[in-house]
Amino acid sequence: MPMTAKRKKTALIFFPAFDWAISPTHPEREERLLYTQDQICEEGILDFDHITEYKPGIATLEDIDRAHICVPDAASVVTQSHLISAGGCITAADQVLTGRADNAFALVRPPGHHAMRVVHGARGFCNVNIEAVMIEYCRKKYGVRKIAVVDTDCHHGDGTQDIYWHDPNVLCISVHQDGRTLYPGTGFADEFGGPNALGATINIPLPPRTSDEGFLYVLDHLILPVLDEFKPELIINSAGQDNHYSDPITDMRFSAQGYAILNEKLAPHIAVLEGGYSIEDALPYVNVGIILAMAGIDYSCVKEPDFDPSALKQSADISRYIEKLVASIKNQWEKRDVMKEKLIGSAKHAVRKKSIYYDTDGIREEQEETVRICRDCGGLVTIDSATDTGNRIFAVVIPALCCPACRREGEEIYQKTAKGKYRSIYLQDKDKAVLFVK
Amino acid sequence: MILGIDVGGTHTDAVLMEEGRVRKKAKVLTDADRLLTSLSSAAAMVLDGEDPQKLRRVVLSTTLSTNAIVQGKVDKVGMILASGPGLSPADFRLEGAVHFVSGYVNHRGIEVAPIDREEIGRIARSFEREGIEHAGAVGKFSTRNPKQELAVKEIMGPRLKHVSLGHRMSGNLNFPRRAATACLNASVWGTYKRFAEDVQVFIREQGITAPVYILKADGGTFNIADSADFPVQTILSGPAASIMGVMSMVSGREDAVVLDMGGTTTDIAVLAGGVPLLEPLGVVIGGYKTLIRGMLTRSVGLGGDSAVKTTDDGLVIGPRREGVAAAFGGPCPTPTDAMIILGLTDIGDRRKALNAIGAVSQKLNLSVEDTAKRIFEQMCAEIAAHVRQMIDEVNRRPVYTIHEMLEDARLAPRMLYLVGGPAKPVSQCLGGLLGCPVCVPDHAEAANAVGAALARTTSEITLLADTERKTLFIPERGMQKSIPATCSMQEVVETGRELLRQAAVGMGADPEDLEMEVVEAQEFNMIKQFYTTGKNMRVKIQVKPGLISLCRKER
Ligand SMILES: [Zn+2]
Ligand SMILES: [Zn+2]
Repeated sequence: MPMTAKRKKTALIFFPAFDWAISPTHPEREERLLYTQDQICEEGILDFDHITEYKPGIATLEDIDRAHICVPDAASVVTQSHLISAGGCITAADQVLTGRADNAFALVRPPGHHAMRVVHGARGFCNVNIEAVMIEYCRKKYGVRKIAVVDTDCHHGDGTQDIYWHDPNVLCISVHQDGRTLYPGTGFADEFGGPNALGATINIPLPPRTSDEGFLYVLDHLILPVLDEFKPELIINSAGQDNHYSDPITDMRFSAQGYAILNEKLAPHIAVLEGGYSIEDALPYVNVGIILAMAGIDYSCVKEPDFDPSALKQSADISRYIEKLVASIKNQWEKRDVMKEKLIGSAKHAVRKKSIYYDTDGIREEQEETVRICRDCGGLVTIDSATDTGNRIFAVVIPALCCPACRREGEEIYQKTAKGKYRSIYLQDKDKAVLFVK
Repeated sequence: MILGIDVGGTHTDAVLMEEGRVRKKAKVLTDADRLLTSLSSAAAMVLDGEDPQKLRRVVLSTTLSTNAIVQGKVDKVGMILASGPGLSPADFRLEGAVHFVSGYVNHRGIEVAPIDREEIGRIARSFEREGIEHAGAVGKFSTRNPKQELAVKEIMGPRLKHVSLGHRMSGNLNFPRRAATACLNASVWGTYKRFAEDVQVFIREQGITAPVYILKADGGTFNIADSADFPVQTILSGPAASIMGVMSMVSGREDAVVLDMGGTTTDIAVLAGGVPLLEPLGVVIGGYKTLIRGMLTRSVGLGGDSAVKTTDDGLVIGPRREGVAAAFGGPCPTPTDAMIILGLTDIGDRRKALNAIGAVSQKLNLSVEDTAKRIFEQMCAEIAAHVRQMIDEVNRRPVYTIHEMLEDARLAPRMLYLVGGPAKPVSQCLGGLLGCPVCVPDHAEAANAVGAALARTTSEITLLADTERKTLFIPERGMQKSIPATCSMQEVVETGRELLRQAAVGMGADPEDLEMEVVEAQEFNMIKQFYTTGKNMRVKIQVKPGLISLCRKER
């Protein structure tokens, strides 16, 4: 990094939840951020005048209800730990959007990017999508319109994708290990957004053993050009750290240097910690690298003690594969408008059927989601969702920045749908940021 | 009897305490170049006609190390830093001959890269050539394993007078602060050692055989002999002395604010449940952030002699002091002059005060009386705002567990203690602004020397247990023990209490004064491939700052 790198005011929200675990030997357990805390303290990072630590706020159930439809309700599916971790993201956003900080890093747990719009329980260690809770908060409190989420966790950010699938104003880019080789088994390049929002979801599935070179190639040749064109007001990095070469549950070769370079180039306004389970060998170094990069401090000496770039070098085959993949996704992005016309045709509605397994809680959900084809907004969405535990609900979602026609139709449907076979009927008005339940 | 002396920046105060009460007190001007002279003359004044054999303890608080550091009158130091991966060496700000060397210990105390003994030897020879006699050796994570620091000392030691080791300075993590602390310690080591020897000679010459203690920044004491190797611990003991003095003069156990108001500044400190709050990591001195345990204080540039000016923004008070108040012949109007006009105090020449404030009143287009009121109320309002801000900052400190987050213990002062010159005149106004009762203790002007006299010995111990590696390590003592794989948290805490008791008694503590507190006790499972392989326990125990029981009993 050049010595002229500009120092930035960075807000750090550190909440390691030292008294919370999914179970005693689960990767998502108490000491996950212990050694990260040690490294941050030992480096004396908080003594820099332009880095300030803030205590996280506690999110409210209304904050959760703006992003999720919880069954039976938010109070039953979230715990205090989720409210604090989502609250930490909100605190991060507040620092940036009020101008107290140039950027912010929410180093909080538990994570959230596998939590989808409808929440019947926990999946992939997540109950609540902390980024989505933060995004809806930013829309309501600060009127932010265009947002990009760049998810660099090794697992596909399927929850965030689900919540913003039909939203043309929230660009979700996920770069992850190929779903054929890793949980949750989704995130292929052809998952490209709903018909009203085609191109606002971009998936970049990378082959196992991709190293720094591959990640940075994707960043330079795909992610940054797309962001330039999309022009978001706010860039969020779902900063999962399980792409690290030492991570026990994945198979990638990203390093602390790679993460820091990525962060410097991407320059997110807000970074949110997601996964990352190499708690001794990766997290302390990766997190320090990210913080220094965000704050504009020289990170060139942040290296894992066993870091050996030559041993981690990706094969020529992988490089070629990634070049082709990037070219094809770039091509798809450039043709998104033509593709959209073809896809929509003369249809009035589009239907998507999903079968969702909550691996952490062992629940199976069948979902049918219908979107109204609309050229004026993200389109009205209705959801019929049933679980094998016997909960069936119906939800009407009025999109953010919605058009009058979608609003009218949504309010009508909510009015006339009878409870009957449903446990509850929801009206989530994302434009007015309220949730009604009957 | 107890003799307490505070050698401060401006004055040296001495008190002779008997049965918990001030029997005699003395105040002399401090001669910055001859601290021992100031100390001995103040001591002589209170000891005159007394039997030195009746003294049970002598406690000194001295500004020697503080002055040396702030004024840069220190020895040149050579620093050996094994910084490993992390921050770039270019981001460290340290004076002297700084060498970054190979070697690295990781966060679990495992040696990842060895030091190069030849490299250290070469640097030792270069120190010798440059005439450097004092050095510091600091490694990243040396508080988890001091092996490399010890090896550096072993190699360099024979060629130098003194080597300060990072892990002996504090058990806390923070490598840049550890380096700064060791560097400062080495830089004042020589000066302080001579002073401590001179003091001991002086004390013996007076026929005093009682033990001699030195006050530390945290308001606790240690043996003068122990202080010789850790002179940096004696910095900023002046404000600590005043706070301990206030504690001895009042009996409250509630949350409280202590204000020490002088001519130039007002120092703010906070008591939580009657115990002074400490800086979370360490005190800052001369622009250096350190790991020295010290009281949380804030100094505000507002005092009785602060210069009062009018600008486009209105009335400005402080932060500078141009001299004494106009009522005493000073060059400009001050809050003291305003207080004289308002009849809050009857010191000085009222006519001179009226003249000075009169000049301000013309600019403000107010009566002299109203101007005085404005000045006085604005000063109190500004001090109150600083107090509220400091309390707010304490309450906004991050916590790291859900339990603490939900418990949300907040500091809420119920009492305001005021000491210093203008304490009485400002008491009613400040109490009203802060919404709490006010207390101005007797002998408030000698609170510093009383505080030194009655402070108890404090100490802190950090224990790091790793049951996978079967080791227990105590960085402050440089002590490593083996433990069984089955060792429990309770056993670690018990071991810690016993070691802390021994250490504190060794430092001169009365066994009755060992009010110990477990400050931190964290326990984590260590897991490899989904199997628990051991426990990682971190425990910190302290002897709380407080007053000696002798004083409580005598009272
Ligand atoms: Zn992940
Ligand atoms: Zn519409």
